[in-house]
Amino acid sequence: MIEVTGLSKRYGTFLAVKNVNFSIEKGEVVGFLGPNGAGKSTIMNILTGYLSLTQGKVTIDGFDIAENPEAAKKRIGYLPELPPLYTDMKVREYLNFIYDLKKVKFPKKPHIDEIMRLVNINHVENRLIRNLSKGYRQRVGFAQALIGNPDVLILDEPTVGLDPQQIIEIRNLITRLGKNHTIILSSHILSEIQAVCDRIIIINYGEIIADDLQDNLSEKLSTEHSLVARVICDERDMLATLKTVKGVKDVVALGKKENGAYDFEIIPEEGADVRAGVSGRIADRKKQLLALTSSRLTLEQVFLKLTQASSNEEARKMLGFVDDEKTTTSEDFIIEMPTEDKEGEE
Amino acid sequence: MIAVFKREFKSYFTNPLGFIILAAFYFFLGLGFLFIFSDGNPNIGETVFFTAQIGILYFIIPVITMRLFSDERRQKTDQALFTAPVKLINIVLGKFFAAFVLYAMGFIPTVIFQIIVSGYVATNVFYYVYALLGIMLFGAALIAVGMFISSLTESPIISIIFTLIVNLFIMFSGAFASMITIPTTTNNIFETFGSWILKLVSSFLNGMNFLAVLESFGQQTFAIKDIVFFLSIVAAFIFLTERSLEKRRWS
Repeated sequence: MIEVTGLSKRYGTFLAVKNVNFSIEKGEVVGFLGPNGAGKSTIMNILTGYLSLTQGKVTIDGFDIAENPEAAKKRIGYLPELPPLYTDMKVREYLNFIYDLKKVKFPKKPHIDEIMRLVNINHVENRLIRNLSKGYRQRVGFAQALIGNPDVLILDEPTVGLDPQQIIEIRNLITRLGKNHTIILSSHILSEIQAVCDRIIIINYGEIIADDLQDNLSEKLSTEHSLVARVICDERDMLATLKTVKGVKDVVALGKKENGAYDFEIIPEEGADVRAGVSGRIADRKKQLLALTSSRLTLEQVFLKLTQASSNEEARKMLGFVDDEKTTTSEDFIIEMPTEDKEGEE
Repeated sequence: MIAVFKREFKSYFTNPLGFIILAAFYFFLGLGFLFIFSDGNPNIGETVFFTAQIGILYFIIPVITMRLFSDERRQKTDQALFTAPVKLINIVLGKFFAAFVLYAMGFIPTVIFQIIVSGYVATNVFYYVYALLGIMLFGAALIAVGMFISSLTESPIISIIFTLIVNLFIMFSGAFASMITIPTTTNNIFETFGSWILKLVSSFLNGMNFLAVLESFGQQTFAIKDIVFFLSIVAAFIFLTERSLEKRRWS
């Protein structure tokens, strides 16, 4: 559906996008992930024909965006970072204008009605866009992109600046649209992308540093699962005790952290869940367990590490050797709840 | 093109700007009518020219054109326009005609003047029609120039100031040209060269003298070349606007 080969974009002497290649099949929901200024918006602006490309080739459904822009643009609905709204127009008036501008062939009123129902703005149709809240403006922006029922939707940071309730609504909308559209959306928030995308393309310094299905990426990046326990006890005793718990491979004492409390890093055997065993054993000894934390490197941290790497070379290397990186997260979870990782809860 | 035209034209009247512009037109036309008619001249064509002669059009037209492209860029609404499956030239034409129709609406009162006056005295209708044709072409040329300047900047304020400067230059180009005297005899190569440059500058200034061309319509001596003069300026600046928008994609 979307074919990008050797795409580069130069602003003066600054190379904003460097030799980017990817292809997106019909029906895929792809997330562009990267920090601000990584080149996500630039790539999207090129895909939609708003900016020209310096080098390379972009085709949408077989139509080259440079050679046959009208045919290519017809297949794209674009929601830019800032929705392109004329604030002095009313919602329906604006959508009518976009309908005329895009030269849509469907019957006008039912088409616009349907879209307004889909994004839930039919009760504000006669209000001036200027007077709408940010969430509604974003939805009008969505409606604008959907007019003409394009196969491809390109959404640049669709949830930025919205409140949590609105974010959930927009996410649900994207999930619903994803069933019969090819969608590219960008974000600098990982959980955002995790929630709706099958495939993640991580972009940094204008280059792609990872492009894989979300599950594969998580797998590649996830590390050995170790725990850190904080217990009020005698350090040496507890060290010996913990080592005897079933499934525990090794225990490392991390020293005194609080008043009478010591930290222990517990490394389980592969695939073993030792949380219940550890807390049970501590309770048996009549000691108080203060906290039990997972010290797994989360996808979030991996992303941070990748994008904060001084160079993309380093970042790519990390993808291969990411197992060596281990940090304690603040992902505390209450011991009584034998839940899976926090990530699964989302 | 029609969608862009309709939206743009409507937008003049969703804020007071369109009404203020029309009010200004009507005020100065009324003033012109008063002066000229009380002078005993029954030709409404004179009233039409009056607006150009006192130079007020040079000030009104930048107000009409200042927002055309600069505001789109500032509010990022150009992303909707330029990612729609529409040719750039159609967007430019839609905007141009929206501004032009507003300008043309400014001259509606002269039709009423003409009807009223012709009820009392014999008037030269052709004179009026030629004057109207001339003033429309004159305005179209200035609108095209203003639209081009508006496409260069992101700020309507810069756009209006820059357009005013250009318009003032056009306004006084006749006066500037008359200040240049080209020597008829030259003594050496440098003086010959100097007189060439003076000739060049003077013919450039004369070429910019829109008012002189407009006045040939008033004397009913206008030739096809005068129509072509204005139309070619319109075409050139519409083309330049399209190029300047296209260039922005490449920068």
